[in-house]
Amino acid sequence: MLNLLLSRLATAIPSVLGVIVVTFLLTRLLPGDPAAYFAGLAATPQAVAEIRAKLGLDKSLPEQFLVYVQDLLSGNLGTSLTTGQPVTADILTRLPASAELTLLALFLAAAIAIPLGVLAAVKQGSWIDHLCRIVTTAGVSLPVFFTGLLFAYVFYYLLQIAPAPTGRLDAFLTPPPHRTGFYLIDSLLVRNTEAFWGALAQLALPAASMAIFSLAPLARMTRGSMLSVLGGDFIRTARASGLAPRTVIFTYAFRNAVLPVITVLGMVFSFLLGANVLVETVFAWPGIGLYAVNALLTSDYAPVQGFVLTMAVLYITLNLAIDLLYGLVDPRVRLDA
Amino acid sequence: MTAAPALKVENLSVEFRTRAGVVRVLEAVDLEVGKGETVALVGESGSGKSVTAFATMGILDPAGRVTSGSAMFGGADLLALPERELAELRGRELSMIFQNPRTALNPIRRVGQQIADVLVRHGGATRAQAPQAAIEMLRRVRIPDPERRARAYPFELSGGMCQRVMIAIALACRPSLLIADEPTTGLDVTTQAVIMDLIGELARESGMATVFITHDLALAAEYCDRIVVMHAGHIVESAPSAQLFAGARHPYTARLLAATPGETDSLQGLQSIPGNLPDLRRTDLPACRYSERCERRKPECVSPLALAKVGERHLVACRFPL
Repeated sequence: MLNLLLSRLATAIPSVLGVIVVTFLLTRLLPGDPAAYFAGLAATPQAVAEIRAKLGLDKSLPEQFLVYVQDLLSGNLGTSLTTGQPVTADILTRLPASAELTLLALFLAAAIAIPLGVLAAVKQGSWIDHLCRIVTTAGVSLPVFFTGLLFAYVFYYLLQIAPAPTGRLDAFLTPPPHRTGFYLIDSLLVRNTEAFWGALAQLALPAASMAIFSLAPLARMTRGSMLSVLGGDFIRTARASGLAPRTVIFTYAFRNAVLPVITVLGMVFSFLLGANVLVETVFAWPGIGLYAVNALLTSDYAPVQGFVLTMAVLYITLNLAIDLLYGLVDPRVRLDA
Repeated sequence: MTAAPALKVENLSVEFRTRAGVVRVLEAVDLEVGKGETVALVGESGSGKSVTAFATMGILDPAGRVTSGSAMFGGADLLALPERELAELRGRELSMIFQNPRTALNPIRRVGQQIADVLVRHGGATRAQAPQAAIEMLRRVRIPDPERRARAYPFELSGGMCQRVMIAIALACRPSLLIADEPTTGLDVTTQAVIMDLIGELARESGMATVFITHDLALAAEYCDRIVVMHAGHIVESAPSAQLFAGARHPYTARLLAATPGETDSLQGLQSIPGNLPDLRRTDLPACRYSERCERRKPECVSPLALAKVGERHLVACRFPL
C-alpha cells in the first residue's frame, strides 16, 4: 500500500510542475499591463517603468519564472490589488467555504444517487428504475446556475422558506470560532446549534443545486455498473450457492460495481469545483470561486493565478485519493503498482 | 437405481422471451438421476443442457420461464418451491459448478472467504469456525498449502486451482446432488483429467449423485454411468455409457459418436453432423426436432412421439430407431 502511495505521488509531480508552468505563462499572456493598471491612469511613463521594475516585470521570462517559483516555494502567491491582502491568506480563508459547499453537495448527491442506482438495477423495469431514469435525465438537462436561480426564486422569493441567498451565515448570527473553517462542524464543536441551523439553511439551496447536477452521472453509472456485474458469472455462482439476496447484492455485486462509480465520483467532484464559480456568484458565497471571478473582472491577476493553481492542486490530490481508494477496493490494483 | 431417485425431472418445458419472439428452449424433458449415480447430459451447444440445469436450480435468467413440469428432489418439487426455500437448498443439498472458473468466482474476495460465505449461510460452520473450515475444504479438493491459498484472490490462482475452489464451494455443505456444467471447458487436457477424477472421487466418498453437462462424449463415457443425449430441447436417447457406445439407437446419437475422435480414428474418419439446430422460435416445429437434419426421415416423423424403451435401461425418442 505504501509503495502504491509513493508511486502515485511520483506520477503526480510532473502534473504539478506542468500546472506551475501553465499558470505562470497564463498570467503573462493575459491582455493588459499590470504595471500600468497598478500605477493608475494619471501615471507618467517613468512611474509605470518604476512600478514595472518593482514588480519584476522588466526581467526576462525565464528570470521572472525563477522568481515566481521561489515565491511559490515560500508560499507566496503575490498580493491581491483589490483586497490588499496576500493571495495565500485570501485563498486560505475562502477555501473552507467552497470546500464545505462542494463536499456537502457531493455527499448529498452520492447519498441519493448510489442507492437509487443500485435499486434501479436490482429491480430493473420497476417504478424505481423509471424514477432513476427521470432523475438522471432531469439532472443533466438542468445547468447549475439555472437550478440555483430557480431555487432562490422559488424558495426565497416566492415561498419565503429559505434565507436570503447572501453568503454563509445570516448577518445577525456570529460565525463559530475558526477550527476547521467548516461552519457546520465548527458550530457543533462549540455546541452552537443556532449557528449550525443557520449555516445549514444557507448551505441548503446552493448545495442542492450542485447535488442535482451531479446526481445524474452518479446514478447512471451506479445502475449501469450494477447491471453488468449482476449479469456476471460469479453472481450466478453466488445465487447457485444459495447466498442470501443481501449478501449477493451488497457483498458480491455492489463491491465489484463500485469501482467505476468511484471514478465517476472523482469526475463529478472536479465538475463541482468548476461549478463552484457559478453557484458562488448566484448565492454570493464567499468562496474562492467568487474571489476568482471578482479578481478577473478587475484585472487582478495574482488571485486568478492563485485560484488556478489551487484548483489544479486540489484536482491532482483528488485523483491521487481516487487511485488509493481503488487500491483499497480492488486487490488487482495493488499488484499493478 | 432402486429406491427413490435423487432427482426426477418430469415434463420440463422452458420458454425464453426475446425481442425476436418466444424461444421454446426445452420441451417435455424427463431426466432421472439415481442416488450416487453419475449421469452425463450431452449435446451440441444450444441443445438445452445448461438450461435444464438452471431451471432445476431455479437460477434461470429473468427472461426464461418454466411453463410446465416438476423436479422432485428429496420429496419436494424444486420448480414449485418459493425462492426463499429453494435458496435454503441451493448450496446445501444441491450444488452447481460452472465452466470458466476464473470468472465464476468473485474477483475481489479471497477464495477462503467465498467458501466461508457458503458455510456460514447454510449453518455448516459458525462465523468463527468458518475460516478454518474453508481451509479444510481446500485441503479436501487437494489444494497444496491451503492456509496460504485461502487468502489468495482468484486472479492469483491458475484456472485449475480456481475450479478446485469452485468444487470446494459447491461441496462445502456436502450436498446430495452436484450439477457440473462443463467443469473442464477452458482447462488444459491434463488438468481436465485431474478435475474429473477429483469430482468422481469426492462423489463416490459421499455417495453424491452427479449430473455432468458436457459436449465431449468421450469424456462422458469415461466418467459417467449413464449418458443422456439432448437435441434442440428434447431428450433423444438415454442409455448406460457402454451400451450407448456399443449401439446407439437414435440417428443423432450415432452421428455424435461418428463425430467424436477415438483412439484409432484418423482425422479424416471424423464426420460432422449435417445441418444446424432448428430455429426454436418457429411455431411449426415437427414433433421430432431432428427430423429435418435426419437422412432417415419418413413422413410419419412429424407426428407426436415420446421416449420409448428399446432395451434394458435404454430409452430412445425415434419412430425408426437404428
